Amino acid sequence: MQPITLHSFSGGIHPQENKHQSTQTPITVLPLPSQLIVPVGQHIGAPADVIVAVGNRVLKGQLIAQPKGFVSAAIHAPTSGKIVAIEQRELPHSSGLQGTCVIIDSDGQDTWLEEIANGSRAIADYLEADNEVLINRIRDCGITGLGGAGFPTSVKMAVNGKNIETLIINGAECEPYITADDKLMQERALETMRGIQILLKLTAANHCLIGIEDNKPAAIKAMKEALHQVHGEHFINVVSIPTKYPSGGEKQLIEILTGKEVPSGGIPAEIGIVCQNVGTCEAVYRAVAEGKPLISRITTITGESIEQPQNVEVLIGTPVKHLLDFAGFKQEKSLFQKFWHSIGAGSDNSAASAAKPRIIMGGPMMGFTLSSDELPILKSSNCILAPSQKELPANDVASACIRCGLCTEACPADLLPQQLYWFSKSGELDKAEQHNIADCIECGACSYVCPSQIPLVQYYRHTKGAIKEERAAQDKSNRSKIRFEARQDRLDREAAEKEAKRQARAAAAEKAQAAKKAAAAKAAEEAAKNGDANPDESSPAQAAVKPEPVDLDKLQKQLDAAQAGLKKSMDKVAELKAAAAAEKNGDTEAPIEAPIENMEVFEKAVATRRDKVKLLALQLAEAKKSAPVVKKEITRDDIEKKLRAQQDRIDKTKQRFELAQEQGSETLPALQKGLDKQMQKLKELEEELAQFDKAGA
Amino acid sequence: MALSNSGFVKITSPHTHGGNTTSRIMLLVILATVPGIIALTYFFGWGTLINIVLASFTALACEALILKIRKRPISFFLKDNSALLTAVLLGIALPPLAPWWVTVVAVSFAMIFAKHLYGGLGNNPFNPAMVGYALVLISFPVQMTTNWTVPYFMSGAETIPFTNSLSVIFSGTAGLSDAFTGATPLDTYKHLAKNETAVEILQNPLFSSDVAGAASGGSASNWFAGGWEFVNIAFLLGGLALLALRIFTWHIPLSLLAALGTCSVIFGWDADLYVPWSLHIFTGATMLGAFFIATDPVTASTTPLGKIIYGAGIGILIFVIRTWGAYPDAVAFAVLLMNFAAPLIDTYTQPRTYGHEKAKRGMPAKLDTSTTDSTSKEG
Ligand code: SF4
Ligand code: SF4
Repeated sequence: MQPITLHSFSGGIHPQENKHQSTQTPITVLPLPSQLIVPVGQHIGAPADVIVAVGNRVLKGQLIAQPKGFVSAAIHAPTSGKIVAIEQRELPHSSGLQGTCVIIDSDGQDTWLEEIANGSRAIADYLEADNEVLINRIRDCGITGLGGAGFPTSVKMAVNGKNIETLIINGAECEPYITADDKLMQERALETMRGIQILLKLTAANHCLIGIEDNKPAAIKAMKEALHQVHGEHFINVVSIPTKYPSGGEKQLIEILTGKEVPSGGIPAEIGIVCQNVGTCEAVYRAVAEGKPLISRITTITGESIEQPQNVEVLIGTPVKHLLDFAGFKQEKSLFQKFWHSIGAGSDNSAASAAKPRIIMGGPMMGFTLSSDELPILKSSNCILAPSQKELPANDVASACIRCGLCTEACPADLLPQQLYWFSKSGELDKAEQHNIADCIECGACSYVCPSQIPLVQYYRHTKGAIKEERAAQDKSNRSKIRFEARQDRLDREAAEKEAKRQARAAAAEKAQAAKKAAAAKAAEEAAKNGDANPDESSPAQAAVKPEPVDLDKLQKQLDAAQAGLKKSMDKVAELKAAAAAEKNGDTEAPIEAPIENMEVFEKAVATRRDKVKLLALQLAEAKKSAPVVKKEITRDDIEKKLRAQQDRIDKTKQRFELAQEQGSETLPALQKGLDKQMQKLKELEEELAQFDKAGA
Repeated sequence: MALSNSGFVKITSPHTHGGNTTSRIMLLVILATVPGIIALTYFFGWGTLINIVLASFTALACEALILKIRKRPISFFLKDNSALLTAVLLGIALPPLAPWWVTVVAVSFAMIFAKHLYGGLGNNPFNPAMVGYALVLISFPVQMTTNWTVPYFMSGAETIPFTNSLSVIFSGTAGLSDAFTGATPLDTYKHLAKNETAVEILQNPLFSSDVAGAASGGSASNWFAGGWEFVNIAFLLGGLALLALRIFTWHIPLSLLAALGTCSVIFGWDADLYVPWSLHIFTGATMLGAFFIATDPVTASTTPLGKIIYGAGIGILIFVIRTWGAYPDAVAFAVLLMNFAAPLIDTYTQPRTYGHEKAKRGMPAKLDTSTTDSTSKEG
């Protein structure tokens, strides 16, 4: 293969690598945990369907949930044991999502499923096998991307008809601290390389580039040797790329290796590229050549709070706590506690005053903190990081953006992070869109360099969420508008038909009446020459539209109710926002997340309620238009009646008010408010009456 | 090790930070002005230093006062050093012997009106130091133009003593003869050019003093500019240091100097009428403006292309105002005018984002329902 010209992506940063801590020892296999928590939705796409029941015994590697739909992945039992529960539990996720989990009590035997143990599932001559067989195998084994997002591999590899030119294997591992891929390539280079061969065969790509950051010389060497062993040099190239975060981002790696850019909103296959993580390649090899499903992975456990940072092979579903216990988790003590201990006072039961532990799943740049150590390891969990306070101090309080532009220089996507920040802060979603917030990969480079310590990525996530919601709300209102219009059309048609029939009947009746009238006319003319209007004349028309006013009132009432609801939600959101803002201007940054997340719920509520109001208003307007006669029917009497009723009501309230005043009741302010409102209504009615009179005059 | 579910810290990524801080940036910029301040003091006496000290105290007092009124944590904001930087820049920009109240007015106006009324650091559309400067320049033109000390070599090889400077600044004694004060080289050249030819102008001691020749360690070349060239070179050095430290990018200073240079070369062919380019680049507040004032991030353009346009705009305006305007120097007005334009420039100079065919520019259209989210990093 001819030498590769490397390209460079814009921006990027060089954070402290901190990788050496966890590469000192070989990969260890974690002892069996007593219980495993296996979520059925670990991947992008639909969660798998559980096919086992509580009480069932399962063997290691047995299918426990099968993929549902095309984009989904199978889930297997990581060890042998008994299903003790199938329930909703919190998932390790940045927003604390819940999802169905299968809880397995391990029997300690770790017995493989028979077919896997005896090797009957292995496809020995995989390079000669049918592509379909291979893809099905990858799908059956529940392989998903091990690098981060967890996209089902079989879906990504189903590239039939697409012209794939280059297969890119991501061994960059650019996040600080994480060494899982590094160790994998060092210790299991051959398996990985064979997996790559399988993927190369599946994609029918012309060549394959394995990108590895140059801070992993041992991995590069091992991979080159493996490449030599499988005689793949003609198609496969191990490329050492300069260390720069985030070179391991799919888009960035593609740019480095090929100089091409994935179109915004598109996927690499559109430019003839498929990208896979090295860990995924190894999993593919195991699935194909050994018939083993994806039930374990290599995870780095590191950070200053860990006694023995290392890489472990861990079963999917293992609680993080098990991992922490194995590697030795030193919980940091607060200063106060240290002091307390140093003077020999108090025993260890003051756990409450211990500094809160911080455990990150993933790396320091893109990982998220776990809310508990009961959460399980997923197929995509490449690292558990338990830093000390000193090591990764929580950010200082953010100060004002000074528009220094350091974030712009660091952004690998060529965005203007400071502008995005301003738009996010002011809620100008359209401008944020215009500035391509959708292309932000949330790499955190901008936050890393920001001298004002602004949690920029947090703002972007929030804005992206808001845009998505707005869009969903818009779609929904569009849909309901279409539905409404269709219904309206139908109603109009029906009304027209009815009207035509009625007219026909009326015409007949008229004819009959005409004769009578002709006779009566003469008498009438003589009797009343002053031309009193015949009150009967309008009655048929009135009868025809009679059902309408009821509708109108009801609609109006609904609209009012919806509007009140909307206002309530909006108030709530404003309140939350104010609280969040206050918090931010205050001292701590940490608790801001809760209100923001809550806020999303309320904002959603606002959106739906707003839609409802819009819809109702539209319906009302339409209804009013189609029944204009009714509106004019309001007479002076009606208003006067209302006025009188209102006055009565006010009198009653006043009485209650006075009573309350005498008794010094607590309801006084509420009553006062109610009274005020009623008075206002009265005034409105009076005004209406005055207007009516004026119009009449 | 029983950890309760609620006992964990939840914060969002990233969890690590490069360690850069706003106060560090401001401090470095302040430090980078030191060579320039030394040069100013060497050639023009103690006035500048006194100005800077006075301005700093005024600025800190104003800032603290306003923060108190606005009910903000005082120490948190004071330690960002931004008030100090504004003060130092103003202290440098004002004439060395300007009366004390000119400095106080300029600084307090800068802090109160130009900065805090707009919401404090980061929200001010105009460069506070330049707003303060422009205010006093318009309000007190006499004090602002005649209080430039002449370089020491023209006043008998001796700078005015420290105590004299103090008394001039604080009690307004006009005890100093005119020998100590005068106009800047730019101003001088411009005025002389009305009646004299270039050759005659260059006879002026400002441009050809023998002592000056000695001071520059060589012959008195015909663009020698009364000590100002050393001041500018000192600021240039400070600016280059900041550039090397990546405090700001090359865009604004380079485009500013290039635009100013180009204009002055084009017009400067007739040295009898126009100030030569060398004087434009190496006298007055050119380097100070290019590296310390135009680069004020808050009020400048922030896109890469925008910065170039912004810098070039300032360069051109400096030339225009210096050449055809009535004021002795033009940096303040040029910067303020471009501050006006910065938001607009930003709107029309968005860079092309990764994965887009071309850059989106201008105002946003309606929300477009087809774009999809693409946050996935690696599958
Ligand atoms: S790095 Fe921070 S302070 Fe600087 S422009 Fe970006 S957001 Fe503003
Ligand atoms: S998080 Fe987004 S805006 Fe910030 S540097 Fe990364 S891609 Fe750019």
